[in-house]
Amino acid sequence: MSALDVGQALLRRRPEILPALTPLFVAFAAAPFIGSFSTFVTLTAAGLAMGMMIFTMASGLTLVFGMMDVLNFGHGAFIALGGYAASLVLLPLANWSSADSFSLNLAVFLLAAIAASLICGAFGWVFERLIVKPVYGQHLKQILATIGGAIIAEQLLYAVFSPAQIPVTLPKTFEGSFVFGEAAIEKFRVLATLVGFAVFLSEMLILNRTKIGLLIRAGVENREMVEALGYRVDRLFVAVFMAGSALAGLGGAVMALYRGQVHASMGSEFLVLCFIVIIIGGLGSVGGSFVASILVALIANYAGFLAPKLALVSNILAMVAVLLWRPRGLYPVSGR
Amino acid sequence: MNILSGDPPRGRALQILLVLIIFALALAPFLFPGAKALNVAAKTCVMILLAASYDLLLGYAGIVSFAHVMFFGVGAYGVGLMLYALGASWGALVLGLVAAAVLSLALALAIGLFSLRVQSIFFAMVTLAVAYAFNVLASQLSWLTGGEDGRSFKVPEALQPGLRLVESEVFGVAITGKILTYYLVFAVVAVTFLVLLRVVNSPFGRVLQAIRENPFRAEALGYRTVFHRTLANCISALGATLAGALFALWLRYVGPDTALSFSIQVDVLVMVVVGGMGSLYGAIIGAALFVFAESYLRDVMAALSQAAANASVPLLPALFHPDRWLLWLGLAFVLAVYFAPSGIAGALKADEAKAE
Repeated sequence: MSALDVGQALLRRRPEILPALTPLFVAFAAAPFIGSFSTFVTLTAAGLAMGMMIFTMASGLTLVFGMMDVLNFGHGAFIALGGYAASLVLLPLANWSSADSFSLNLAVFLLAAIAASLICGAFGWVFERLIVKPVYGQHLKQILATIGGAIIAEQLLYAVFSPAQIPVTLPKTFEGSFVFGEAAIEKFRVLATLVGFAVFLSEMLILNRTKIGLLIRAGVENREMVEALGYRVDRLFVAVFMAGSALAGLGGAVMALYRGQVHASMGSEFLVLCFIVIIIGGLGSVGGSFVASILVALIANYAGFLAPKLALVSNILAMVAVLLWRPRGLYPVSGR
Repeated sequence: MNILSGDPPRGRALQILLVLIIFALALAPFLFPGAKALNVAAKTCVMILLAASYDLLLGYAGIVSFAHVMFFGVGAYGVGLMLYALGASWGALVLGLVAAAVLSLALALAIGLFSLRVQSIFFAMVTLAVAYAFNVLASQLSWLTGGEDGRSFKVPEALQPGLRLVESEVFGVAITGKILTYYLVFAVVAVTFLVLLRVVNSPFGRVLQAIRENPFRAEALGYRTVFHRTLANCISALGATLAGALFALWLRYVGPDTALSFSIQVDVLVMVVVGGMGSLYGAIIGAALFVFAESYLRDVMAALSQAAANASVPLLPALFHPDRWLLWLGLAFVLAVYFAPSGIAGALKADEAKAE
């Protein structure tokens, strides 16, 4: 390899690291304006946790788009369904939540998270078969069909769970905050951050280190070839769709607990945020949406502290700024 | 048929349906007396314009936008806030309309140039995000927009409901400013609809359809696809702005729920798809059907829900609850996307073609 080649390779590699550092730059840029160190720590930790919650919801969307070329406008309905599914566990087991025992508290949280993922995964299968399957490969019809599915799903949620908000209470262990000097970090945010990291790590490991991940990535590159080798790509893709829906449900469950209430309108509310995140991250890129989630949440938190009015549009401004810099998002996926 | 730009509705059933709808709308104040009926008729007119301008984008250019309701809101707020701030005068009305049109054009141009270069999916997401941010802004900047409460305002004197134009009643109906407003709305919608019909049947409209069918081929033939798509986006935005202005004028009120709510966007989508994408006449049918269903389907559903509750069937009462009417239209929407992509208008046309 000549020196020139090495130089070019370096040049090609450099932008790969830079986008991942944008949240750090934002944090450093914002720090002097915020002034107080403890406020900065509190804001940053809160932003990180919010980013992880957003990532849990958005990663399902970007996964499905990246793997199956399906943009699911019904993703929001699964977020809301996840919240309702969690409430189905949390409300009957309310005495587990209020019990003064860490293991019972953790158990009820895990049960709610698992229930949300399983129920949403199952409905994801129904949604894929009924709504998405007939319109593979046709973008316009896909958008319309999934929107129709989202309308129906939201109305069904209202019909089954009543249009009123359902309050859910946090398990007792996760109430309150850790206090380090002046800085306070809510306990539940730490838990949400852990969940987000676990989702990110397992997605990366499954996609890059397992045979299933290999088959999925190969199926995206050349579907017919993988089918010719004897693998059922369509089943794999259904599984991907179910996983995406399950992730939406998990994110919805965590978010419902964080907000202390469930309502079907949270679906469309977070769908918009998910779209902004996956646009910034680069459509279809899991790693990109991870960085973008943190970036968006940090910017929203800093802006909310420094200029509350600006915080209302900070997401859009962040999106415009990133797209002006990198028109296809932080980590563009080739061929998309 | 020059007034229809050489594109009259084809198919006997479609023609009859359209004539019935237009006849009913034109004579609504005399045929269906009462405030509710007139409200339904006025909303139908406004929605026809909104749906037709959306169809230019969705049906003819094949672009899914979620910012259409934003332009509707710009029109409504432009007229509403200007009349609120400057008092009830025709000058304020025109000023508000012009300001709204300029803002809409600027926004449409910016969004178009920014995101129409890439895939349609990207445009859909960007417009969704921008429209959402605009909605939040409008409800938060309460010193300007009145926040969630919105603004009630006075309209020019000739359009006020208290005014009696003629002393005696005409066909048993008092000619008030409200009826004058209705005919203003009707006339503007009719003229704008004919203009839109002219646009889609112009060479420009043909190029749009070519781009919809095969963007690469259209580009290879030498058409600047970004220019055509952006222009379509701008024209469609202007149509929505006008519709919003008319709606604000009719309600004498502007607020986030009536002008900017995302559910209006979903409604318009349902109207265009159920009525028929790629046919402006479909927009008339879709809008009329939708507003009629929204206003009267609830009563039917309330009766059904009551009946189901009496028969103590589980879940059915909740499914037929009057507030769940969108569920059934959503179902119709999905079925239309799968089985009748050209909607009711297309189905009526196809029947005629088979019969011949």
